[in-house]
Amino acid sequence: MNSRNQAIMKLIITLQFAAVVLCGYAQPSADIILERIDRNLSSENRIFESSMTIHGRRNSRTITSKSYAVGDKRSFTEYLSPPREEGTKMLKLEEQLWIYSPSTDRTIQISGHMLRQSVMGSDLSYEDMMDDRKLTETYDATVTGSEELEGRKTWVLELTAKVDDLAYASRKLWVDTERYIPLKEELFAKSGKLLKRSVMSDVVQIEGRWFPRTIFYRDMLKQGSEGTEFRITDIRFNSDIPEYLFSKAALKQ
Amino acid sequence: MIRFLLKGLRDKSRSRLPIIVVAIGVMLTVFMNAYITGFMGDTIEMNARFTHGHLKVMTRAYAENEGQVPNDLAMTDVNALKEELSGRFPELDWAARIHFGGLVDMPDEHGETRSQGPAAGMGIDLLSPGSREAARLNIPESIVRGRMVLNPGEALLAEQFSQKLGVNPGEEVTLIGSTMYGSMSMYNFIVAGTVSFGAEALDRGSIIVDIEDARNAFDMNDAAGELIGLFDTGFYDDERALEIAHAFNTAFEENHDEYAPVMKTLTQQRSMGQLVKLMDVWGVYIISVFIIAMALVLWNAGLLGGLRRYGEFGVRLAMGEEKNHLYRTLIYESVFIGIAGSIIGTAIGLFFAALVQKYGINISGLMEGSAMMYPSAIRTRITPADYYIGFIPGLFSTVVGAMLAGIGIYKRKTSQLFKELEA
Repeated sequence: MNSRNQAIMKLIITLQFAAVVLCGYAQPSADIILERIDRNLSSENRIFESSMTIHGRRNSRTITSKSYAVGDKRSFTEYLSPPREEGTKMLKLEEQLWIYSPSTDRTIQISGHMLRQSVMGSDLSYEDMMDDRKLTETYDATVTGSEELEGRKTWVLELTAKVDDLAYASRKLWVDTERYIPLKEELFAKSGKLLKRSVMSDVVQIEGRWFPRTIFYRDMLKQGSEGTEFRITDIRFNSDIPEYLFSKAALKQ
Repeated sequence: MIRFLLKGLRDKSRSRLPIIVVAIGVMLTVFMNAYITGFMGDTIEMNARFTHGHLKVMTRAYAENEGQVPNDLAMTDVNALKEELSGRFPELDWAARIHFGGLVDMPDEHGETRSQGPAAGMGIDLLSPGSREAARLNIPESIVRGRMVLNPGEALLAEQFSQKLGVNPGEEVTLIGSTMYGSMSMYNFIVAGTVSFGAEALDRGSIIVDIEDARNAFDMNDAAGELIGLFDTGFYDDERALEIAHAFNTAFEENHDEYAPVMKTLTQQRSMGQLVKLMDVWGVYIISVFIIAMALVLWNAGLLGGLRRYGEFGVRLAMGEEKNHLYRTLIYESVFIGIAGSIIGTAIGLFFAALVQKYGINISGLMEGSAMMYPSAIRTRITPADYYIGFIPGLFSTVVGAMLAGIGIYKRKTSQLFKELEA
């Protein structure tokens, strides 16, 4: 092999190696990133226990609950503590939400503007709790750049609503390039005003999917709020959930 | 001479009509003054009793956002603070209050929502022995159906609101609101009765509950949005209120905590200061215009009374009476007429003012849709000024009128008097 051929071979090998390397780290399309996020965060059903610590200006309160969810249409949550909240239940069926208060033995449907009220004084609204739809079904996305966040490489995605009935007209996501989990999210109104900011941490692999166990929410419009830390203490995917839970009768049981 | 003048005044043409005119003018002046004082005073006192107090203590953060009723910024350890205030400022009666917003939900037989409406509520001390809150808000007299709150867990609904919801006394409603910490709260109340205050702002969606129930409902143990103080005299004293507020606030000057208490006088709260000033200015303005108008009428009456006696003066001059004497007697007569008319007018004016002070004039129909709290009935308020204010137009104007009319006396010429009399 003469020296000319050797040079050509080296170039081909170099190009092949570069192609392999580039392919390995190539930025996927925004749609693929959203799909991978949905694959991590959405499931057929899940049962999880969580603690929600609401940091106020005066004090912090922790509320624990157990939730059952099937797809993005049905969910049932029972609050376990503190004593004042214990036994309070929330039922979501399709677009409707009911709350049962054991102290009054009343079930009240939450609708209209009340859906935007805070859940238990946290930085989350009932609307936030209700909307479990997949990102791929509700937003169009574009990748606008990449940033390093807490030592992790992230892609920055800007999402624009493609359906009308969303609480947030646009979102900005910082997505972990390896685990396809948003590490930070900003939620905007139609006017472009920043409404909420959330930071995800403690990302663990559960049943083959990456999942953030802790999410710190901050309602940017809520005066006096120091943020709400939502921590999932236990989560199981695709478990059997009794059908009777998703009925109004279950609220009073 | 006085006897002579008094005999002259028995001539009805010289005394009866002028006295009637003066008395009517004075009566209107006295009544109008009592009416304006009463209406404006009632409006201020009603707002003080229902909302502002003569003095109010809140946290600094609550005071900044008072219009939003931010119970998350409410005061804590309220009982201790109330005791301290009662000790330091015993001339005021202090009461803790919780204002709240929420939904009143009426269930059907299955416990499902039958009707629902937004409510503006107030938690006041209704059940403690010796509490003056119910009387202060005139609740016992405002009950339309049912009875007063006598037990914990009972509530009063505005009559208009209860009809809108279809709720009757004895039925249970659920109050849906927000706790001091922002959680949703639900609390059941038995509707003890319905009330009508006559003020649209209160009758639209009021619910009144005992403060301890409000504390339970909104997780506000020993907390309250505000502590209001009202002078035992029942009337607002701005000068003293400012002194008290200054003395209280001085103690917290170095404390920069946003939850530190701050005391505000009635006139320092929201638009009340402007309203009080505006009412004072308008009160003086209206009364001044009225008095001036009345003075002009009575002045004119005095003038006409003098001119009408042109012939009489001629005869008296022809008989040799001196012009100065004639002029003086005219003035003295007008003084008697002014005094008599003012006394009669003041007495009648006070009589009508006393009637309206006792029974009031119902104006609730005129106040429909008003967001401001106005009394449903206008009541006059008799003040010391009413005993003398009528004398300004009644005596002063009558005398000035007579003095002007009497100037003509000096222009009469003796040589022409008989010609005039012949004519």
